Amino acid sequence: MTKTAEHILPPVLERSNLLGWMRRNLFGSWTDALLTLIGVWIVYWAASGLLRWALYTAEWKVIVVNARLLMIGQYPIEQVGRLWIWLGFLIFLLGNSLAIWGRGSRIAPALLALPAAMAFIFPFGADPRKWLIAMTVIGLIGWGLGRVKPEALKRSVIAGWVISLPIIILLTYGLSKSEASIVPIVRTNLWGGLLLTFLLTVVGILFSFPIGVLLALGRRSELPAVRWFSVGYIELVRGVPLITILFMAQLMLPLFLPEGWTVDRVVRAMVGITLFSAAYLAENVRGGLQAIPKGQFEAAAALGLSGAQTMIFIILPQALRLVIPILVGQFIALYKDTSLVAIVGLLDLVGIARTVLAQPEFLGLQREVYVFISLIFWTLSYGMSYVSQRLEERLGVGIR
Amino acid sequence: MRKLYMSLSVFVLLALALAACGGAAPAGGNTVTVKETVVVTVEVPAAPAVVAPSGYGETLKAVQARGHLVCGANAQVPGFGYVDSNGNYAGIDVDYCRALAAAVFGDATKVEFRPVTAAERFTALQSGEIDVLSRNTTWSLVRDTELGGNFTATTFYDGQGMMVPVASGMTTLKDLEGGTVCVQTGTTTELNLADVMAAEGVSYTPAVFEDADATFAAYSEGRCDAVTTDKSGLISRRSVLADPAAHIIMDVTMSKEPLGPMVRHGDDQWFDIAQWTVFTLFAGEEFGLTSANVDSKRDSATAPEIRRMLGLEGDLGLKLGLSNDFAYNIIKQVGNYAEIYDRNLGPNTPTYIPRGFNKQYTDGGLLFAPPFR
Repeated sequence: MTKTAEHILPPVLERSNLLGWMRRNLFGSWTDALLTLIGVWIVYWAASGLLRWALYTAEWKVIVVNARLLMIGQYPIEQVGRLWIWLGFLIFLLGNSLAIWGRGSRIAPALLALPAAMAFIFPFGADPRKWLIAMTVIGLIGWGLGRVKPEALKRSVIAGWVISLPIIILLTYGLSKSEASIVPIVRTNLWGGLLLTFLLTVVGILFSFPIGVLLALGRRSELPAVRWFSVGYIELVRGVPLITILFMAQLMLPLFLPEGWTVDRVVRAMVGITLFSAAYLAENVRGGLQAIPKGQFEAAAALGLSGAQTMIFIILPQALRLVIPILVGQFIALYKDTSLVAIVGLLDLVGIARTVLAQPEFLGLQREVYVFISLIFWTLSYGMSYVSQRLEERLGVGIR
Repeated sequence: MRKLYMSLSVFVLLALALAACGGAAPAGGNTVTVKETVVVTVEVPAAPAVVAPSGYGETLKAVQARGHLVCGANAQVPGFGYVDSNGNYAGIDVDYCRALAAAVFGDATKVEFRPVTAAERFTALQSGEIDVLSRNTTWSLVRDTELGGNFTATTFYDGQGMMVPVASGMTTLKDLEGGTVCVQTGTTTELNLADVMAAEGVSYTPAVFEDADATFAAYSEGRCDAVTTDKSGLISRRSVLADPAAHIIMDVTMSKEPLGPMVRHGDDQWFDIAQWTVFTLFAGEEFGLTSANVDSKRDSATAPEIRRMLGLEGDLGLKLGLSNDFAYNIIKQVGNYAEIYDRNLGPNTPTYIPRGFNKQYTDGGLLFAPPFR
């Protein structure tokens, strides 16, 4: 690897104390001083108001009492263990991955300690506390294992991530209709809150990605039928708002289906979000494909690779690497767009927030509830953004 | 690096493979793959339960075969349909569905609530996704005909109401003499207001706004003395105000908004069951039967109508296709109309609405159950 900008030391700065720094940067001239004072006043005014509200006025009881509803909706309480199990599986894989690919990142243990910290800070019941602490323990075990045997574990961790979605869906939905089974079916009308938002997002991302790649390749295909189908699909879907697609899926589809056929409402929303997102992803991926110089194709051909081999081993890895920032942007947008399902009657994080606000004992607490769900949205969006930055560093996007 | 690309490519391939075989997992049903990109998961019904049943007696059969009732409800209107912090549905519309489940199964818990939006509610009923729609829906001619539904009975006589600050001390429309009323323009609400005020001989200044948000924002800023819309709407709007307890809804009704449960066209037996469930709630209050005393009243009942209703005499329940003690189950497990009302909209709740027309006809209200005979 060549020397990068980061490895070149910056010039030595003049050493100074805090006061000197302030004089130079904040009070250099009378205009600077004025701007500093105005800035400090605005920050104080905004922050003190917010803090006073958050600490004294706000009634956070609405969140505490409804914590379970906001997290998992009406998912039966006696079946909650199933959700913790797949969450534990994900956290174990996360611990593994942080150790294997995190390059000795020091934030890993802190990140994994977060669930346990939450268990001590927030007034949860005994059961969630135990589970949260278990999550940290599982994550740290995964992290430790990953540090001890990074090379040996690589393949199984990747395999773990690949099978995680089927595991999540299987555990959440259940296997058997009979009540006596260990994992009885939990119908999707009981899925709600962050759980539903999470599932819509994950399914949306994982399914729209391959479809989007296929559409991008299709749009560049030399076969007219494939090309026209791709172009037609992309332009048609990009031409309508997501909410109309969701309305179509919820309102029109039941009328078109033959009698006796119903498609689950959550599945309908998942399909709508996936198909919508795929059209945008296709164009993002196509941007990446167009950035690959012709020489790469020619070199691949010279090596005797077939068309499919060229795509899979030469072109796509480079093209996708180029568009990571824009793909992650698309995924974050998709994550937040899932909140539109609240308008078609699903109780995702936003939908469940609105039902919480309809509880007679918590009327008029919009601020508390919406601030809380904004925090959740922000935390997970920032998490995705952070992972993508690490991924970019790792793959050297923008440097190589 | 190369290794990572390889594994990334493997992941892409696997993802493609997953997409191709459709990931049957989501609903555990069969999967039909259409074209190359559209994946539709279809849940094929095990019993004929999911077929939109529309012939005589078919709905009841389908519901019984399924083992639970599917009720189209609202999850976001305080007092009428919402989800409490334990994740249970509550509200007056919700309790009706529990009563129907009690009538059909003798078990008020055998009901699955499906939150439906205002836009999709009639589609959901027509397509058989729900067996009954109980979601603050106004009875009107078009809905009774073109939209393929039948209203069973009115469970809540809603109507245009008037909200004022408690501090103003106003209790009747006459008190509004010379005042300003916030109202949404271009609605029947505005016309009703003009009619009623003219009839009462009250002079007032209407402050009209384009949409409901602006109307209530103006009211909360104190730009008018009162605000008017449907009472159930006033309840939920009041909840948005800074201090909900500082506002009161007057005991006046200025328009007709009869709300009630709705069933599909074409199954008269199911219609009868849904309708007589409502009448049982009314009659329960009229005869003084409550969830607390129905057991003792049943043992001591001498009045023939009460004996027939509770299934001690005759076969009224059997005529509906239900068990003969359906009315007893309703009262015992859900309560009579007054109990349901007080639980959700009574004086001890934050969503208090004076009963107004929703009183027994004996008290000057409109609730009237036909004879159980």
